[in-house]
Amino acid sequence: MDFSWDLLLNAVASGIMLGGFYAAVAIGVTIAFGMLDIVNIAHPAFIVLGSFLAYLSINSLGIDPFLSAGLFAVVGFVFGRYFYRAYYHFFERRGDDSLQGLAFFFGIMFIVEISLVLIFGVDYRLIDLPYLAKTYEIGFVQIPLRLAAPCVAGVAMLVAIQLYLSKTFTGRAILAVAQDLEAVRFVGANPIKTKEIAFGIAVASAIVAGMLLIVIQSVEPSIGREFIGRAFAICVLGGMTSLPGTLIAAMILGIAETMTSTFFGPSWSPAVAFGLLLLTLAFRPAGILGR
Amino acid sequence: MTAIHSSAAPPALRRVPKPFSWPILLVGAAIVAVEILLGSQVSEYYFLLAYVIMQYIVLATGWNILGGYAGYVNFGTAGFFAVGCYTTIALEKLADVPLPIAILAAGVVAGLLGLGTGYLTLRLRGVFFSIATLAMAVVLQTLIVNWSFVGGSRGAYMMRPDALAPFTTYVQYLLVVMTVLAIVAVMVAVAVERSWIGMGLAAIRDDELAAEASGVPGLRLKLLATTLCGAFMGMAGAPFPYFITYVDPPSAFSLAIAVNAIAMPLIGGTATWWGPVLGAVLLGTTQQVLTVTISSAANLLIVGIVLVVFVTVAPLGVVGLVRAWKGRRT
Repeated sequence: MDFSWDLLLNAVASGIMLGGFYAAVAIGVTIAFGMLDIVNIAHPAFIVLGSFLAYLSINSLGIDPFLSAGLFAVVGFVFGRYFYRAYYHFFERRGDDSLQGLAFFFGIMFIVEISLVLIFGVDYRLIDLPYLAKTYEIGFVQIPLRLAAPCVAGVAMLVAIQLYLSKTFTGRAILAVAQDLEAVRFVGANPIKTKEIAFGIAVASAIVAGMLLIVIQSVEPSIGREFIGRAFAICVLGGMTSLPGTLIAAMILGIAETMTSTFFGPSWSPAVAFGLLLLTLAFRPAGILGR
Repeated sequence: MTAIHSSAAPPALRRVPKPFSWPILLVGAAIVAVEILLGSQVSEYYFLLAYVIMQYIVLATGWNILGGYAGYVNFGTAGFFAVGCYTTIALEKLADVPLPIAILAAGVVAGLLGLGTGYLTLRLRGVFFSIATLAMAVVLQTLIVNWSFVGGSRGAYMMRPDALAPFTTYVQYLLVVMTVLAIVAVMVAVAVERSWIGMGLAAIRDDELAAEASGVPGLRLKLLATTLCGAFMGMAGAPFPYFITYVDPPSAFSLAIAVNAIAMPLIGGTATWWGPVLGAVLLGTTQQVLTVTISSAANLLIVGIVLVVFVTVAPLGVVGLVRAWKGRRT
């Protein structure tokens, strides 16, 4: 492949747009894994579930997925709260949330994936939104709306959640849970309820990210597995507990992936996240913003 | 004073099980003898069925050396299995290598892969290792799909050689090889469990900091367990190309293997060597029966649900249930 500024600029631009979407993918992992210490490896399965909900929404109900995503997110939030309550009841309370808890989430991931296979089959599904078919050009940089809209939506979701976490009492309690569980009790917040809400937000963000995913590319039930490495790599690189860190890490991964796929071929891009994860764990486990 | 001394024997005199288990070796030898003697008298279907169960015993036991004894979850079983599988295919393409040597090579390659992943991630919290193995399986699959020498996404055909002298069919030979592998895996697991290695791993599982503080060489033991775990998974995959005769990435990186390797030890019970064996026999047989009656996807869904039910309601597995039941009776 010949090197050209043209290609490079385009790769960076689409990397940034991809990064905005990856930020949406990783928000839930940063909240659940980074802040609450719940290793929710079923997160990508919830994302794919969100994709299929968006698919149903436009093809069966005729409702634009950008409109229905809010409703599905509320459903996801309620589901997430009860899900965490069950997880707390069976694992955290008993104190053996490591081995059994991990296997539990693995089982959930598996159940969601196989259920989708049984309902929808293994075909790739796509949705068609005519108003996103346009591509803008700035100089030689191409900006397809199909990528730009999910990027804007993803970043907007991240900013909204960050504002909620830093401005409201419950939001601050969520941040505090990550730092000192006892202190949360002292200021009069119920740590379990706080974690319930936080996990609900994590699941809701997964549902929205899934809607964005099916806008960008076609989706099949097992595609979630490609996002496990990505989501956790972003979370670790971003410093585990920080949403701004998550956004920066998501941009880095997005750009690294589009560069790789532009200059080495698209088949190598899934390996980028894994490499990034291993390098981060080996050399900088505190993440880019960590000390 | 003397009465007190005689009532409690010092720990050294208590009956401590030996790391080398003769009973398992004898039972294993008996199973191999039966398999050889049955020869052409039973339908080949039963040999195929027994092979699958033996393969799951190797996988579940390998998983349990790391997962059960040390408490570190390996989600990448399908990846290690496929590495073994494709080692055989690559060796077959390069030179006509006999199966036992291919198995050893697969063990070395997959063991090194386990060692490398462990070395990069095990110094941190255990979950990072789990996440890394999960992501690794995806990356390995991408790698194999793009590697046309071993068939790429089109897959590769393997010809079964003719059966050797004491065996009537090649499938019978495969079954005996896999049975020997299962015996080796179980005996290694028993040796680990009953030696200072197993004690060290158990100490790490219960409290890693305390274990390190009292002189357990944590990282080295974990790396040993990771290597053994990877090696057995790779060895279980090595005869697989001859077993199904056509391998493509989805069949080598199969979902069934990924979930069963975790479900079997957890359903059987992770604390002892016979938990995974029991789990493999129970789940393996059930699935073989169910695959005939219902679809294989629905089959895997049931495994997933059973796994979730067991880890929530019976975290000690069938072994734990049996022990609780016995305890209630006496």
